[in-house]
Amino acid sequence: MRASLLIAGLIAMLASAVWAEGQGGLGPVIPEATGKAHPEGNDYMRRWHMSMMRHDRDVTMYEGKRDQNASLGGCFECHAAKDETGTPVTYADARHFCRSCHDFVAVRVDCFDCHRSTPEGVEEPPAHAALGGVLSPSLGADVGALVAYLGAWEVGQ
Amino acid sequence: MSCGAKKDVSRRDFLRSGAALATMQLAPGVTLMAFGGSEAQAAADAGKRWGLLIDASKCAPDCNACITACQDENGWKGSGNAETDVQWIRKVTLKDKSSGRETSLPVMCQHCESPPCVDVCPTGASFKRKDGIVLVDKHICIGCRYCMMACPFKARSFVHEHVTNQKTHAPRGIGTVESCTLCVHRVDEGRIPACVEACEATGHGAMVFGDLLDPESEISRRLAEYPSVALRPDLDLNPGVRYREI
Repeated sequence: MRASLLIAGLIAMLASAVWAEGQGGLGPVIPEATGKAHPEGNDYMRRWHMSMMRHDRDVTMYEGKRDQNASLGGCFECHAAKDETGTPVTYADARHFCRSCHDFVAVRVDCFDCHRSTPEGVEEPPAHAALGGVLSPSLGADVGALVAYLGAWEVGQ
Repeated sequence: MSCGAKKDVSRRDFLRSGAALATMQLAPGVTLMAFGGSEAQAAADAGKRWGLLIDASKCAPDCNACITACQDENGWKGSGNAETDVQWIRKVTLKDKSSGRETSLPVMCQHCESPPCVDVCPTGASFKRKDGIVLVDKHICIGCRYCMMACPFKARSFVHEHVTNQKTHAPRGIGTVESCTLCVHRVDEGRIPACVEACEATGHGAMVFGDLLDPESEISRRLAEYPSVALRPDLDLNPGVRYREI
């Protein structure tokens, strides 16, 4: 009992140390952001970012107040993770800012079915679309491949 | 409900007239902060009802400037499959069978006062803003397409395919229904819809946008001046879009 508590405590300490650094180890690799840090602090943003965006989206859509603090577009002004060429990556890329944590916790957010995942003006290649839905990226992109897959499955039965 | 909306308006007006930052103590420890501001920080206003007046006699049959402007502004386009492509606005040609006379006019969401699409929506995704603009909340749209069946103007489209490169101000995606938003993001900034702007730029000037509740607005003055009709007036939906010379 005491040993298991000790181990649990040790894991928690390790995890929190990694989380505090935010890079490597057991925790997710969080891409560097540009711009000023959030005045609320990173812990607050990690806990509440979804609530902030949900509240502000409703205010924007129903009441037409478009000068909100929290918006998905606003996130990407600072949180646009870039590839080797310096181009911001789309949600299809595992290095995307949102995916760095959401992949870690095995959550697929569907924000980017409708919202663009790059700053305005940065092209999202067609491969980005293939990410949607429950199909694997290669099948989702190609209806022919899907039909072939289903045909093969039928024959296999 | 309507009482609550009234209160909101008066509070906003109060904030606008006063200091740039106002705080209100709602309860111990709960403070409502609101930033008042200039006219540019407009919002949906229950005292307005936005509408369009389209003069079919000025609409050129070979012109589709309104459609391309809408596509550019809101980021929708055809994929070549006419059966499933979305259409926020389309050109319709009417032909008088006895005389052969043809009339061309754009048709989009008519922004009804009593919208059938809102009546039938099972989730509440289809809604009317307090300034009369009819929208889809795609966060709660389940893509059932009941609204598409209910709309007598065929104004709504279902997004069948994955979408990329959406405009930040016009999110749109697979599995949801969409239609003309009257360029709500521009209206909220005090600008006019993209189709009206494009129509003016071509010199046809067939479209006028404005507040139907303001008797001094250009649209209201024109509506008072000459006869106009709503599409399907028999349905008594009181659309915000009205037509002349059809």
